[in-house]
Amino acid sequence: MANDILVFGELRGGGMKKITKELIAAARRISQATGGAIDAVLIGQGAGSAAAGLADFGLRKIYVLEDEILGTYSTEGYAKALAGVVKETGPSFVLLGATAMGRDLGPRVTAKVDGVMFSDCVDVRMEAGRCVARRPVYSGKVYIEIARTDDRPNLIALRPNNIPPAEPTGGATPIEKRASSVTREAIRAIVKELIPLEGGRPDITEADVIVSGGRAMKDKANFKVLEELADLLGAAVGASRAAVDSGFASAAIQVGQTGKIVNPKLYIACGISGAIQHLAGMRTSKVIVAINKDPNAPIFERATYGIVGDLFEIVPMLTEELKKVL
Amino acid sequence: MKILALLKRVPDTEAKILINTEGTGIKNDGIKYVINTYDEYAVEEALRLREKAGGDSKVTVLCMGPEEATELVRTALAMGADDAVHVRDAALAAPDPFVSAAVLAKAANDEGFDIIFCGKQAIDDDMGQIHSIMAEMLDIPQVNVATGFEISADLKKATVRRRIEGGDERVETSLPAIVSCEKGLNEPRYASLPGIMKAKKKEIRAKTLADLGFGALPSPARSAIVRWVPLPKSTGCMMVQAEETRAAVRELVRLLREEAKIL
Repeated sequence: MANDILVFGELRGGGMKKITKELIAAARRISQATGGAIDAVLIGQGAGSAAAGLADFGLRKIYVLEDEILGTYSTEGYAKALAGVVKETGPSFVLLGATAMGRDLGPRVTAKVDGVMFSDCVDVRMEAGRCVARRPVYSGKVYIEIARTDDRPNLIALRPNNIPPAEPTGGATPIEKRASSVTREAIRAIVKELIPLEGGRPDITEADVIVSGGRAMKDKANFKVLEELADLLGAAVGASRAAVDSGFASAAIQVGQTGKIVNPKLYIACGISGAIQHLAGMRTSKVIVAINKDPNAPIFERATYGIVGDLFEIVPMLTEELKKVL
Repeated sequence: MKILALLKRVPDTEAKILINTEGTGIKNDGIKYVINTYDEYAVEEALRLREKAGGDSKVTVLCMGPEEATELVRTALAMGADDAVHVRDAALAAPDPFVSAAVLAKAANDEGFDIIFCGKQAIDDDMGQIHSIMAEMLDIPQVNVATGFEISADLKKATVRRRIEGGDERVETSLPAIVSCEKGLNEPRYASLPGIMKAKKKEIRAKTLADLGFGALPSPARSAIVRWVPLPKSTGCMMVQAEETRAAVRELVRLLREEAKIL
C-alpha cells in the first residue's frame, strides 16, 4: 500500500537492538502525516520472542522469519529474506539502523527491490507531503536534506541515538511467521566466528560515554589512565587519528572522519587538539569535555566544558573525584 | 588473478567544507583533492594479493570521475597497479549510487575480475552503497568493512575479518567477490620514485558511457537534495578555572552532575 512503512527490527544474540524502537518512532512521524500503516519484520534466531516485545507498539503486523538458515546474519540470506517481505507487502518506506548490519544489508536490498536508499540519516520528517531525511556529508562537516523523486521503495538507514525511542501504546499486534525461500547455496559469504573487541568495554559507536585520548597520550601504556576513568563510568575508550597513527591505540577505536562517527551523551577529549577531521566524528556528542595543555587548542571551540592543564594530572584526579560521588 | 581496485577522487580530510552562496553545494575553491582514504587500503590490499597470487596476476584500477581524477589514478599506478580504466563522461557529473554502481559493474564485467577491492565508503557523500549494489548487480558475494584479508592456497576462497559493533566477524567467501576496506587492514605504501617514473608509461584507458554500451544513464536520479544545511554554531565553551587544579576538577564534576545532569 502506498505510504506504508516497514521497520527492520535488528536482532543481536537473539535480543532486540535499541535502534528498533527509534525506528518505530521515526515510522510514526511518517504514518501520522500520511496515514500509512506500520509493519515490522524480524529475521533470525530469537525473532519470535523478540516480536512479542513489540506487540504493544500499535503496529499493524509483525513478520517473523526464523528459518534455521537465517539463524545468524549473512548478507545474502538476510537481503533475500528482507527483499522478499518488501516485495510482497509493498511498503513505501523501509526503515533500518545505520549499524554494521544495516549498512551491509540496505544497499543490497535496495538493489533487489529497485529502490533508493539514504544512508546514515540523523533525522526524518514529513515536509509538504514528502519524507525528508537529514544526513551528514563530508563526514559531518555539513548536512544535506534529501528526498526520493518517485514512488520506488525508499530505504532509510537511521543512526542510533538520534530519535527518542517509541513508547508502547497498547494493543496486541498480530505476529505472522513466514518461511523464507533462502537456500544454503544462496549464501556464498558465511560468518564463521565472532571475535569480540579486546578489553570488554562498550563499542564507541554504541557507548553513552567515551573517554578519548590524542597525541598527548605519548604512549600506548598511558591509555591506562583513560581506561580507569572509562571503567568507572562504564564508558568506551576512543582515540584521535594522531594517537592511532602514532601506534598508541588500535584503529578500531579511532574517532573522526577516517574512523568512527560517534554520538555519545558525554565525550571526554584528553590531550586531543581538535583537528577538523576529529571534530567531524564527535561534534554531535551532547556534552563535550576538553582537557588540554594548550588554551588555544581548537577542541575548546567545540567543547561544552574545558580545563586547561596536563591530562596526566587532571584525568586521575577526575577519576578520584567521581569515585567519591558516584 | 585479475584484481580490480576502485578509486574515487574526494576532498582531503583536512579540507574546510562550506556551503556555496547559492546554497546548491559546497564551495570548491581552495579544496585539495585526494584519493579516498579507504580506497588507498583497497589499492594496497590489491597489490599485496597480486604478490601472493603470483603468476600473471594483475591489478587494474577502476575510477569513475572527472578528468582531474587522472592524476590520482596515476598515483595508484605509481604505488604499483598495472593499468587503469577511467570512466569519465559529462553525464556522470553528479551520479546517484545506482547509476555509479551500474556503470562500474559494467566496466568491471568488461575487464573481467576474480576479486574487487574498494573503500568501505567515500568520504564525500558518505553513502557507502555503490559496492554492495554492484555486488547484487554482478551476482557475487560482498564482505564489507574488512580489517583482515587472507586468500586460500587455491586462490578460490578468501577469509575476511569484518568490523561490526563490539568486535570482528570472520567471514569466509567464495570468489569472485567484492571486499570493501576499513582502516587497520594494512598500511598503504607510498609511491616510490621509480614507481612514479614507471607509472608515466602505464596505460589508462578512458571510457565514456557510450564506450561501455550505455545509450543513456542507466537510471533516472532517484533522489534529490532538498537543501544544504550548515552545522549549528558552537554554543561556546565554559572554561573551568581555579587556583588549584583539584578545585577545578571538583567544579567540573559539579557542572557535569548539576548543570549538564549527565552523571
